[in-house]
Amino acid sequence: MGLLEGAAGQLNTVGYIVLMMIGFYAMTGKSNLVKKLVGMNIFQWSIILFVVSLSAKRDASIPIVLDGHGGGAAPVLDAARYANPLPQVLMLTAIVVGVAITGVALALLLRIHRQFGTLEENELLERLDASSGS
Amino acid sequence: MNVHQSPVPILVVLAPLITSFLLPVVGWRFRPAVFPLTLTALALSCAAAFEAARQVARDGPLHYYLGGWAPPWGIEFRIDALGALMLLMITIITLLVGIYSKRSVLHEIPSKEVPFYCVFLLLVAGLIGLVSTADMFNAYVFLEITSLTSYALVSIGSGAAVVSAFRYVILGTVGAAFYLLAVGYLYGATGTLNMADLARLLPPLYESPAVLVGFAFLVIGMSIKMALFPMHTWLPGAYSHAPSAVSALIAATTTKAAAYLLIRVMFFVFEPRFSIEVIPVTTVLGWTGALAMVLGSVMALAQSDLKRMLAYSSVAQMGCIVLGIGLANAAGYTGALLHLVNHAFMKGGLFLVAGAIVYRTGLRRIHELRGLSRHMPVATSVFTVCTFAMIGIPPTGGFFSKFYLMLGAIEAGNWVFVAAIVLSSLLALAYLANVLRYLYFPRDEDGGEDEAAAIPIPPRRHTAPWTMLGPMIAVAAGILLLGLFNGEVVDRFIVPALPAGLDAGGGVR
Repeated sequence: MGLLEGAAGQLNTVGYIVLMMIGFYAMTGKSNLVKKLVGMNIFQWSIILFVVSLSAKRDASIPIVLDGHGGGAAPVLDAARYANPLPQVLMLTAIVVGVAITGVALALLLRIHRQFGTLEENELLERLDASSGS
Repeated sequence: MNVHQSPVPILVVLAPLITSFLLPVVGWRFRPAVFPLTLTALALSCAAAFEAARQVARDGPLHYYLGGWAPPWGIEFRIDALGALMLLMITIITLLVGIYSKRSVLHEIPSKEVPFYCVFLLLVAGLIGLVSTADMFNAYVFLEITSLTSYALVSIGSGAAVVSAFRYVILGTVGAAFYLLAVGYLYGATGTLNMADLARLLPPLYESPAVLVGFAFLVIGMSIKMALFPMHTWLPGAYSHAPSAVSALIAATTTKAAAYLLIRVMFFVFEPRFSIEVIPVTTVLGWTGALAMVLGSVMALAQSDLKRMLAYSSVAQMGCIVLGIGLANAAGYTGALLHLVNHAFMKGGLFLVAGAIVYRTGLRRIHELRGLSRHMPVATSVFTVCTFAMIGIPPTGGFFSKFYLMLGAIEAGNWVFVAAIVLSSLLALAYLANVLRYLYFPRDEDGGEDEAAAIPIPPRRHTAPWTMLGPMIAVAAGILLLGLFNGEVVDRFIVPALPAGLDAGGGVR
């Protein structure tokens, strides 16, 4: 019971670990290279979701100070009312990096398919052995 | 706040970064300008690195605030003595490989020089940024720039290169993702990303689970990136199938940059006592390093392909560096850093020679290289110097780094590590002397006249061009200079940045 309650409080941690393991399974257990790539993406996204979840806060507002330049009295700033935007901004960059990696990986897969005519790892290994043996 | 602000740190990065974006435009209009432009950028970067090293020696660490935003809010570039050493190493090696690559690229990947140099410069910019930045997330971005460009450069090679590159993508991304996760945990615990600020805020949180988990992920992630045994599986394929110039470049720099990041976080962001006492990371790293040294050497011994053998030898030498980190005393740390720099030069040199042999003869198998010293005297001499450095024969730099590592192991009182260092040196002697035997002695042991002339040398290319020989000779000279002036290197770059709390006798027991 205590374990369950602990898990409910740490739902984001549990969630990302589950996603991460799914990704890890796809990367190691699947022989199709596209599935490996999908696994890699799930792996990355799990971490991105986790870091974004760090800044989640109930009843928080977007971190924009209304009437900040509106003259008169300085606006009251209460940091506790705002969600921290930084993790989201960082993860935006991480997503861009992830997209770039996916792009490069897909380009590589395209070349592998053109060169060897397959994307299954076991067939690929056979063809590699055959080409290096001759 | 008494910090010395200087624009030099950013200049080192900007030269290759901006040029790499210019290259496609220039190459589209006027292709012959691409190579000179690349060299100019690399030379500028190298000159700026020397200037940075001079200023660091004079005024202490240099700071540059990007966009004028002061840390901890803004991104800071910071170069201290250790950073200056890494900058010099990276810029010198990349400049030499840049010069070397001209003919090698024309020969191996004709008509692709524009994209090649574009990605090449981007890789250099990523490496330089990685060792200059003082921001954890910025380091992640630079780490991924170096990785992405390495994937692309490896995949340019022929044959199975694409498959090796894909494996490298998968494992490299997992490593980087672990690093990102670590940054997330550390940010969650402290609310800052600046390394100096983290170092200030972390000590009271050393027992916090978030910090411990984050640190563990960071060590694993960096271990994958630096190809620490048993997470080295991406390395042999990537190094042996990549084009020659690329092998030399990434073997000399990318794993070293990852090792630098690990050292930076372990000893500067965290206090050394954290990884020695709070969680025994140094013990684990020390033993893994020792294992990597021995097994990497054994696997190198079993290879018949020259570049593949050198790749496995890299696994062993990274083990050596990690062992030095794991010793966690001043001598071991000095040895690890010296070996990092030495290995960049010697492995870079060996891959350059391997590339020259491929360029000249098209041969890759070790037993086919019989009597090559007659045809390629300079290349074989460079190979010999690098071999001496790998084994650790005195006037070369390799001797002194092994010496410091031994000293550290003895200070820690760990005789198994001493034995591992000796054993891996002996194994290095075995696999490299085997190559030397083929290079210098044309005859078989049974005395039969095995003709050296059997090596098919294309008549048109009787000697490797000077653009290839020059960098090879420079690397060999660098190895000797690193040996002769090793005291200078230690006093100037390593001792001033010795992490506080890393004294003799600590570490693995």
